[in-house]
Amino acid sequence: MTAQGLRLEKITKTFGDFKALDGVDLTIAPASIHAILGENGAGKTTLMNILYGLYQPDGGRILLDGVPQRIASPRRAMDLGIGIIHQHLMLVETLTVVENVVLGLPGQGMRLSLDEHARRLATLADSFGFDVDPHQEVWKLPMGMRQRVEILKVLYRDARLIILDEPTSVLAPNEVEGFLQGLRRLRAAGKTVIFISHKLDEVAAVADRVTVLRRGAVSADLPIEGATPREMARMMVGRDVVLTTLEKASLKSDTVLVRARDLKARVTRGNQALKGVSFDIRAGEILGVAGVDGNGQAELAEVLTGLRPAEGGSVELAGEDITCTGVYERRHRLGISFVPEDRHGTGLVLDFPVYQNAMIRDFRESSFSSGPMLRTANAKAVTEDWVRRYDVRLQSVDQPIRFLSGGNQQKLIFAREVECRPRLLVIMQPCKGLDVGAIEAVHRTVLAERERGTAILYISTELEHILSVCDRVAVMCAGRITGIISPEEATAERVGALLGGLAEAEVA
Amino acid sequence: MLRAIQYIYVLRPVWAVLAALLVGAGLIAVAGVNPWDAYGALFGGAFLDYYGLASTLAKMSPILLAGLAVIVPLRVGLLNIGAEGQIYMGGLFSSMAALLLPEMSPYLQVPLCVLAGAVGGGFWGMIPGYLKAYRGVNEVIITILLNFIAINLVSYVAGGPMMQEGAPYPYSEEIREGLWLPYIMPQTDAHLGVLAGIVLCLAAWFVFRFTTVGFGLGMIGKNPTAATYAGIRVRRNVVAVMFVAGAIGGLAGTFEVLGLKHRLYHLFSPGYGFDGIVVAFLAQLSPLMAPIAAFFLSGLKVGGLIMQRAVGLESTVVEAIQGLVIIFVAVSLAFRFDRGNWRRFLERRRLLDAGLAQGVTNNSGGTS
Repeated sequence: MTAQGLRLEKITKTFGDFKALDGVDLTIAPASIHAILGENGAGKTTLMNILYGLYQPDGGRILLDGVPQRIASPRRAMDLGIGIIHQHLMLVETLTVVENVVLGLPGQGMRLSLDEHARRLATLADSFGFDVDPHQEVWKLPMGMRQRVEILKVLYRDARLIILDEPTSVLAPNEVEGFLQGLRRLRAAGKTVIFISHKLDEVAAVADRVTVLRRGAVSADLPIEGATPREMARMMVGRDVVLTTLEKASLKSDTVLVRARDLKARVTRGNQALKGVSFDIRAGEILGVAGVDGNGQAELAEVLTGLRPAEGGSVELAGEDITCTGVYERRHRLGISFVPEDRHGTGLVLDFPVYQNAMIRDFRESSFSSGPMLRTANAKAVTEDWVRRYDVRLQSVDQPIRFLSGGNQQKLIFAREVECRPRLLVIMQPCKGLDVGAIEAVHRTVLAERERGTAILYISTELEHILSVCDRVAVMCAGRITGIISPEEATAERVGALLGGLAEAEVA
Repeated sequence: MLRAIQYIYVLRPVWAVLAALLVGAGLIAVAGVNPWDAYGALFGGAFLDYYGLASTLAKMSPILLAGLAVIVPLRVGLLNIGAEGQIYMGGLFSSMAALLLPEMSPYLQVPLCVLAGAVGGGFWGMIPGYLKAYRGVNEVIITILLNFIAINLVSYVAGGPMMQEGAPYPYSEEIREGLWLPYIMPQTDAHLGVLAGIVLCLAAWFVFRFTTVGFGLGMIGKNPTAATYAGIRVRRNVVAVMFVAGAIGGLAGTFEVLGLKHRLYHLFSPGYGFDGIVVAFLAQLSPLMAPIAAFFLSGLKVGGLIMQRAVGLESTVVEAIQGLVIIFVAVSLAFRFDRGNWRRFLERRRLLDAGLAQGVTNNSGGTS
């Protein structure tokens, strides 16, 4: 590799009306670790997919070693020596390490000498100090090892430029240090590493240079010596967090309705996703939970609604310990409503008509059934009433809900979760994929619930939304609440630092 | 016009059956028989003749119940390939209750036999249900494997502990006449089992259509994650549904023994459990359509034998026709009716016609 490395000039990419990348300039020096920081939706992943040939830029040039290149496909990217390691590992778990590495390797004839490959792979792994047994089956390996297999996969293809997309999000804390050590070894061997992350301390520990993306544009590009975590945090979130606080009355009551203490939970695969989360929500208060995706927010919502068992800690609702109650009891006796993140996968049965989706949570309650019998006519009448009051646009309540727009689907879910008069309302990413009008409708409903005295937990990665509707904001990073602040105190610096996992004390 | 197309679409399995019979006619002709005579013998023998109809109904009993034993779990998203094994377990348990219990009033013992058969099959269905729900084991594999165990278990019992003394073939003592199911057509084999099957189909339709239990089960079938979110205990329901499915399969075997065979024979079911899969498929998982599908399939089987005797066709031709019917229906079900597409198509046609009427070239008709 000559000394020029990789240059991106004025890279632009739009999806529909949305400008994912807006004239990004980036220079990456060879044999360095270059970190790219940014919030959700800042354009990090789009940029990397362009480098890997998955997307074509609408404008701009890519220069590799000074030569303009068109990266038409991942195969072309591979030929150019670019390898990517996705956030979610792409390994065939039932195959062995060497089989995974050889899978799809170009230039293989009819015969495949796995032993030969295994020997070369072992030598390669040794030269980087990766302790991997080529004949081990992948499913037996811990996540950190699997990630090394992914890295070996691209190294085996002679990649010189290795892109890692949020690599530490799948790792257990004790695996992170080893991983960062691995990155340093790659650099020492002359490889160029692009390290996408939002975790400030990891970036500070390992990177040579850092580029901060915000809303599809480069907001800063500087050597790591010149960047303190504080400064990076501020640049990541930006100064222009618009505080359009919606009109809302002050809190009516001081009674703590929900008290969560030291909640712990694991994800289904086994990593600990919640590492001791505590908070209070008062009646008529909206507690926002901000954070980059995958820092334990989903697990928190599931633990509160009974979909995931808590491994430790407790939840109290109005003084009653509800840690061990089931989904049905929480919904019907305790009054906990939930607007899930995944509308299609969790919140709705897409093949069911609209009126049946209105009743899925309460079909055993009196408005929808009497004894064992469904009250279909009544269910339709109730649904039609909701459709009118929540302004759901549809042709008929007999229509499969699949054919409604996302905003109208969400309005129906809100009607269902709010009309049962909950005491606690948990909302997760309610505005994902909605247009401005629908977002406003969602926020009106949330504020009306607040007015009624419901305790509300509002989880979102959209900082603007959280700051405009919430009374207090808890920021989560890596399974912990790194700080709880009021929207007025939410300067870019503070929120950015909390998002990046610097606890409150370190910032001050 | 759109409406007419929609009706044609809804009835597509019927058209598929007719098309299959048409192709089958070709096969019959190749075999050197007049297709008209052959089909006359087949359908006349199976549906129009008194004794033929009775045979069709007798065969329909296990086929219909096996079909229901597939339909019910499949609506909950579970594929039960084990109806065959459940039939054998039902036959085994009910004949044990009939032969080994002390003699008592038929009014007491017949229900006991039926209950034993249902519980036997239900228990056999519950095994894969439990493994699926709590251990994540694929129910398809377990149900298939349990078939072999059940079939061989019955062969062992009918050829060993329960075998009639001096019998030339593995079968048990005859069940006393008081415990036989009543016949529904005098002097024939048609027994009460088929009516019980129809009643159960109606009950299944009712449950899925009108009750909270059926609503919850349907939700598990369509989206188990949403069902969990809705507060339904998915695992428990999976086990329960597989028990019910197994019990229905068990009833198929029970009625076969109490209504038709009157003994426990080894290999007493020639694959009715697998015919059940075909029924479920032809009926498109509707319990209301299942009796029609089962009636048709049984008629094809009975009529095939009659056709073979009447016109001297080989039974392989009949089996080929059955296969054709299944393939044609499968293909017809793969078609999806897209109202929008058809409407646009008709609109284009109308514009084209209008354009042609005005003497314009058909280019203008192509816009859409």
